[in-house]
Amino acid sequence: MSGFGTGGDQVDGQVTSVRAEETSDELMEDATSVWRLAMQRFFRRKLGVLGLVIVSTLAIIALTAPIIAPYDPIQQLDRVEGSDVARRDAPSSEHLLGLDSNARDQLSRIIYGARLSLPLGVSIVLVAIMIGASIGAIAGYFGGWLDTILMRMMDVILGFPALVLAIAIAYVLGNAIQNVLIAVAVVTLPQYARVMRASVLSIKEVDFVAASEALGASPWRMLRTRILPNALTPLIVLGTLGIAGAILEAAALSFLGLGAQPPTPEWGSMLAQEYTLIRTYPHLVIYPGLAIMVTVLGFNLLGDGLRDALDPSLNE
Amino acid sequence: MIAYALKRIGTALPVLFGVVVAVFLLPRVVGGDPCRAVLGPRATAVSCQQFAEANGLDQPVFQQFLTYMGNILRGDFGESIKFSRPVMEVLFERLPLTTELALSALLLAIAIGIPLGVAAARWHNSPVDVATMAFANVGVSMPIFWLGLMLSYLFAVVLGDTWLALPPTGRFSAGLAPQPFYEVWGWTITDTSFGGGLLRFLSRFAIFNTLISAQWAELKDGLQHLVLPTVALSTIPMAVIARMTRSSLLDVLGQDYVRTAAAKGARQPRVIRRHALRNALLPVVTIIGLQLGALLGGAVLTETIFSLAGIGTALFDAIDTRDFPIVQGFTLFIASTYVVVNLLVDLSYGYLDPRVRLQ
Repeated sequence: MSGFGTGGDQVDGQVTSVRAEETSDELMEDATSVWRLAMQRFFRRKLGVLGLVIVSTLAIIALTAPIIAPYDPIQQLDRVEGSDVARRDAPSSEHLLGLDSNARDQLSRIIYGARLSLPLGVSIVLVAIMIGASIGAIAGYFGGWLDTILMRMMDVILGFPALVLAIAIAYVLGNAIQNVLIAVAVVTLPQYARVMRASVLSIKEVDFVAASEALGASPWRMLRTRILPNALTPLIVLGTLGIAGAILEAAALSFLGLGAQPPTPEWGSMLAQEYTLIRTYPHLVIYPGLAIMVTVLGFNLLGDGLRDALDPSLNE
Repeated sequence: MIAYALKRIGTALPVLFGVVVAVFLLPRVVGGDPCRAVLGPRATAVSCQQFAEANGLDQPVFQQFLTYMGNILRGDFGESIKFSRPVMEVLFERLPLTTELALSALLLAIAIGIPLGVAAARWHNSPVDVATMAFANVGVSMPIFWLGLMLSYLFAVVLGDTWLALPPTGRFSAGLAPQPFYEVWGWTITDTSFGGGLLRFLSRFAIFNTLISAQWAELKDGLQHLVLPTVALSTIPMAVIARMTRSSLLDVLGQDYVRTAAAKGARQPRVIRRHALRNALLPVVTIIGLQLGALLGGAVLTETIFSLAGIGTALFDAIDTRDFPIVQGFTLFIASTYVVVNLLVDLSYGYLDPRVRLQ
């Protein structure tokens, strides 16, 4: 292109003059069309849309669980008077996914499991983003020794294999679902801290930020109006992918007996209770695991799709 | 290179120290009563007093930390409550199995993941590419404890009567106990000597042991038992490696020097092998190092599913029986291994690619 310098300059000049005539309304439209373009890019990719469909379906299942679940997920059906079911009944037209070792309807338990795993995954990521992004913003904005100390702490967390640290934390806190939230949120903090810190550092150098600082904008205002909008894209993408990872790790912790406790209908803990029976009652193992996989896959596909749509620079 | 190595070691040491501090502080920050956590909720005040004195819990935290640090540097990780033996002893008894499992899973992940990624990039947007990406997407979404169960159901029950049948649990079939290689060779070792301990440690690497002592039936059996856990454990790293290889190679294939190579008349396989792959694999090396974390975490789940007596099951049992010293010691050991391996990966990366050293 350098060979055509003059021509290029002329074109640039025209573009600049057009820009100068734009009113602020048109600029606003520009900003929305960025999102519209991103939407268009997103819906062109089949896999991302598939992810969206999976996640929305699961969300609807979770929201309507009490209506669509055919049975009570906790009730032991062989104790109901006049019932002719037995423990571990194979799938039938009455019980599409069969009964578990306590004669509970497995389909209902899996449906109710979505009610637990989805909000859990989302809350883990929200907590991790809130804390992680604050740490990253503070580290990047103030710099110096504070930056060093905070980011070294993040390095230490990354020094552990994620699941092993989550096991240690959940173990020390005690077996409960809210401790899974804390454990998984802690091990995933650093990635959000790093993204936020990088956004803050890159934006600190830009002139318009220096200008607003010179005009007396408070750090809080700078964060809200300048830094957060710029960090939003990577945080949304990382966060969506993070939900997938969080659900997987939470299920693993529950499988190890550190998370949800029976009789709570949680997929990982359902597997933990029945996995030794796989040779004789495979239906008790196949479906809860399938539920985990489909959920995680949905969030992974959605996250990938969002990344492609929101950050075209990452496209191959 | 030396300056780079020193700098990289300089960042790894604080992390390693931080890991020790974190593992030390974890139970103390969280609070609760360590005595009743360890001895059970019905421990008496007197036994708690003795427990606190025996473990130095009546001393200031800083003093406790110095003691802890000193013990660790001397290789003393405390004593397991359940086994009444040093944690270190349990660790070294269990380490060979986990090492064999993790290494074979890593090898499988590399051996299949890289060619898959190369094929996907070579035939970009072809069915091969689509299939690889589908595998990669499903692979990273796989709860490996469930995959392990499905594999053992498929190969031990569904295909149980065919030649494809594979054993679902354990390290060897019942009744088959390979002798340690030193016994096969007629060596007598004393129980306490360092050399004896080392030989015993080496003999617990089942494949290595049966191979060098020519116990072929045991070797075959041991390998068969290793197949399913290895496949289960390798799935996530394999998916990640395939994905990384693909995107990295696509990136390199778009560069000018690759076009130059093609313009000179080099055929596509040669361009990939001689020119593109070497550069494309560098980021893959880093990813492989990071996968060790997934392998070590995954080993806990895989070993549990397949009833293998490795580090993972020891940790799982310790969670169940609330054997705190094991949980603490093993966590520290696994994390330190992870930090050190990633340091080594970074150093080799810097050695392979001079640009890294200058960043």
